[in-house]
Amino acid sequence: MTMYSLDDTITAIATSIGQSGVGIIKMSGPEAYAIAWQIFCPVRNIKALKPYQLHYGQIIDPTSHTLIDEALVVYMPAPHSYTRQAVVEIQSHGSLVALRQILQLTLRLGARLAEAGEMTLRAFLNGRLDLAQAEAVLDIIEAKTEAALRVAAEQLEGTLSTQVSAVRQKLLDTLAFLEASVDFVEDEILAEPVIEPLMAVVNDLTKLLQNADRGLIYRQGLRVAIVGRPNVGKSSLLNGLLQDNRAIVTNIPGTTRDTLEETVNMGGVPVVLVDTAGIRAAPTDEVERIGVARSQAAIARADVTLLVIDGSQPLTSEDWEIEALVRAKSALLVINKCDLPNQIALSDLANFLPHAPHLPISALKNEGLTSLESAIVELALGGQITLADTPLVSHPRHKALLHHALDSTNAAIAAQQTGLSPDLVSIDVRAAVDALGEITGQTVTDDLLETIFSKFCIGK
Amino acid sequence: MVESTYDVIVVGGGHAGIEACLAAAHMGARTLLLTMHLDTIGWMSCNPSIGGSAKGHLVREIDALGGVMGQLTDQTFIQVRQLNDSKGPAVHALRAQSDKKRYAWAARQLMENTPHLHIKQAQVEALLMKDDAIRGVRTQYDIEYLCQAVVLTTGTFLSGRLITGENVTVGGRAGEGAAIHLSASLQELGLRLGRLKTGTPPRLDARTIDFHLTDIQYGSDTPLYFSFENVESPPPLPYWLAQPPHPVYPIERQTTWRPQMPCYLIHTTAAMHELIRANLDRAPLYTGVIHGIGPRYCPSIEDKIVRFAHKESHQLFLEPEGWQTTEVYLQGGNTSLPHDVQLQMIRSIPALRQVEIIRTGYAIEYDYVPPDQLHAWLETKQISGLFNAGQINGTTGYEEAAAQGLIAGINAALKVRGDKPFVLGRDQAYIGVLIDDLVTQEHTEPYRQMTSRAEYRLLLRQDNADLRLSPLGYEIGLLPKARYEATETKRQAVQAELARLQATNISPLNNTAEILATFGLSPLPTGVNALQFLRRPEVTYQVIDSLTPPPQPLPATVVEQVNTEVKYEGYIAKQHQQVERMRRLEKKTIPPNFDYEKITGLRNEARQKLIRFRPATVGQAGRIAGVNPADISILLVHLEKRPAVAVNP
Repeated sequence: MTMYSLDDTITAIATSIGQSGVGIIKMSGPEAYAIAWQIFCPVRNIKALKPYQLHYGQIIDPTSHTLIDEALVVYMPAPHSYTRQAVVEIQSHGSLVALRQILQLTLRLGARLAEAGEMTLRAFLNGRLDLAQAEAVLDIIEAKTEAALRVAAEQLEGTLSTQVSAVRQKLLDTLAFLEASVDFVEDEILAEPVIEPLMAVVNDLTKLLQNADRGLIYRQGLRVAIVGRPNVGKSSLLNGLLQDNRAIVTNIPGTTRDTLEETVNMGGVPVVLVDTAGIRAAPTDEVERIGVARSQAAIARADVTLLVIDGSQPLTSEDWEIEALVRAKSALLVINKCDLPNQIALSDLANFLPHAPHLPISALKNEGLTSLESAIVELALGGQITLADTPLVSHPRHKALLHHALDSTNAAIAAQQTGLSPDLVSIDVRAAVDALGEITGQTVTDDLLETIFSKFCIGK
Repeated sequence: MVESTYDVIVVGGGHAGIEACLAAAHMGARTLLLTMHLDTIGWMSCNPSIGGSAKGHLVREIDALGGVMGQLTDQTFIQVRQLNDSKGPAVHALRAQSDKKRYAWAARQLMENTPHLHIKQAQVEALLMKDDAIRGVRTQYDIEYLCQAVVLTTGTFLSGRLITGENVTVGGRAGEGAAIHLSASLQELGLRLGRLKTGTPPRLDARTIDFHLTDIQYGSDTPLYFSFENVESPPPLPYWLAQPPHPVYPIERQTTWRPQMPCYLIHTTAAMHELIRANLDRAPLYTGVIHGIGPRYCPSIEDKIVRFAHKESHQLFLEPEGWQTTEVYLQGGNTSLPHDVQLQMIRSIPALRQVEIIRTGYAIEYDYVPPDQLHAWLETKQISGLFNAGQINGTTGYEEAAAQGLIAGINAALKVRGDKPFVLGRDQAYIGVLIDDLVTQEHTEPYRQMTSRAEYRLLLRQDNADLRLSPLGYEIGLLPKARYEATETKRQAVQAELARLQATNISPLNNTAEILATFGLSPLPTGVNALQFLRRPEVTYQVIDSLTPPPQPLPATVVEQVNTEVKYEGYIAKQHQQVERMRRLEKKTIPPNFDYEKITGLRNEARQKLIRFRPATVGQAGRIAGVNPADISILLVHLEKRPAVAVNP
């Protein structure tokens, strides 16, 4: 397994998405300053970041020289920081896309993505926090193990694991040859090509990374579930928000049996809208029961839930049943069909999602949707919700690891081309195998020996 | 009856036992070696060879700490080679063929001439206890020897069973008995036992081999030694090498620095494979007679033919067992097939058509004590003062055994002295990797050292074992002062030369271009720093030496270090960084009585594993399969909290 070290440089998005429209990337560790200095171009011509001062400037990708965002940067030298290590905070305007790009930059330049609670753990171990606060750290870490289980479960269903495992096995085959030729000198280890299979791996990794770049950012956005009893206009709302006609609108209750996911860009925040089947207490057929189960799962996984009710009809018991499912969640109450006469008094809603903002709309007439979008974005950027762990942590991590594997594979190819000996080439191949293993949770030594012994007849 | 009292008692006189008793005695402990058979002290039960990839590294490390395997090998080898010579410096490895009888005798003599060390032939049948601590041992004559520490190096003798076809006998090695009662004694003390298997090939009579049908493999043309002492100043030739080797072996050319004996390569044939397949119903490996698990890297010939059915031929080496004996070891031909099948199958090889088998090949099954029951200093967690080393810990190989024997002997002596244990890290030595793997991993087959097990391979070279370990060996009182000082002289010379190169510029003028031309290098366009210049792959130290020689000529060992440090600087620096990153966790110790049950938040799997392995440091805890980073964080927080919390005694 991979261990965390306590002395390397870690990086993380420190705010859920941001406070007052500002997002913070926080780095802690010996390389924090150096990494920041490589990506930050201060407006004023300064030679170094002064401790505890806000510096204004731009974040620029040092490789492509493209501008990512404007930012304020603060440097806190060790030991006078939260973690007692050198800390750099980069505050950007907080669009999730920009924040993630900055995070990726810091990862690419050698920082490691912090595990949940890791900054606090360092603060504690370095004597910055007292015993009582340590308990809080434990809570965070324990929460993380739960979240990690969830992430693992989700990824098992996905194809990422399978694809990464396949690439890793290709690397292992090459590594097995390199290592066997070193460790079993007197056995008959027949020469194998090294560069060609590594090139194929580069190809595979590049493809995986392209997909990650294109799709993941959007698929990972803020998850918004749209729920409500049948026929309150959920699909119309989705269509309104999407401004196209992909979801089918009908008057027959229970038509949208599966969940439907679409992504839109709201004020720079990628938002995944999840339309669910109408939730009913007693589903009448098998297909619908599956749909309902999926809706409940969608609520559980959502960052924000939009509970849609029909303003032209009094509240029904079904509305209340759904309310109970949503009550503990971060939610907005969407009162649809406000183009028709209103049948619900404000007093009726006093105990109906009491803390959720009310948003009257007409999905059909396209009224109130702008306010709704603002409310969603505000809820997101106002720091009242936390992004579900899944997308924020695991995917940038995977991307960083894929990059790491790609770099290492390229280094191995270069080493092989320079004519370096197999034991040196293998250092980089092994690093690539390790990186991919962190995605799939496999350790190298056993797999390597397994591959060697199944491939080569060893036994001088 | 109590006969006498010692500080340390070592049980078993194999390669682990030799190092253990000599280390303890050299460190001043009154030591007793008990062996079942005085004449087989230091016997090589398997192949007549020492070293090889990773194993050669172990021998160098043993030597650097003050152990004896390197010296014994240098005194008795009849062939030596540098493996992986064309590859990077980290995987260069020495391998020697030793004269078996002379190796064993050299070991015996060394022991007979070591103060504080006593040797007796007796079989240990029980361990004596006082509470949870060892008090002594009892032999088959009902004699008790008392002590403060026992090192068990039982090899394959613990309830050993020898198997050749349908023939199954009790024994620890062909012709010798097994230690039967000791297994029960260990179990009574609460230790868990497991069962492993290994095998040996038939030994052949050289007079019946047609060597013309073999390929000859010669030893090194240049001097090579395991012991750093001999590398510095080559020893005189052993007297017996003045006599010619047995005339039966064809030797077309002899090396000038030391006479050597070749090995001979042959190949299995289709007819042989056919014979083996036809007789699988008589192979104990497949008929269920053998229960122990054998090593994948040392399979029997029948196993190779079954598992690699597509392979038409396998190589076999004929290795003379000594300078003047006709006994030949059939390397690669391990088998437990019945004797008649063994004879038929090897006679199907052209060079062996007329061959006679001197000793029959057999498989051996034996008890071992799974090493998760050990601390990183090889003391059992259950019984204070009981140390295990060698095959009893589930390893194979003379070198692995010797390395553990050395560490167990050192720690037994330290325990007697009341000093803290001696543990090597994974970044310090292959010995550290070996023992750390033993005590933190699950093992399903005998453990063999390989360079691919070492994550800091580039730092753990055989050429710098002295620089890495000699100060440690000296500090614990094992390595003689002169050896330590020689190492420090070497270290200073390397540093001085690196500093000189750093401060030296090579001008493109004068006769630089001419000198470069003699090495086939093109002229320099501008001046260049000497260190930078040496970094180029095509520039050897010889070039530097010609352009800007050091004030005094440097020993080859110093040049080797300088060259490696400069040429592989990038990779070496990377590995140093990795070590640095892990260092803090490696240094964080976990108290032996730490109560994992009381820690909330640990996943159950992690808790079970931690309780079973009882890691000594957080670094070790992290390497246990089934313990993840979140578990480590929780552990760290609890360890920090500990002083304020009551701990169970």
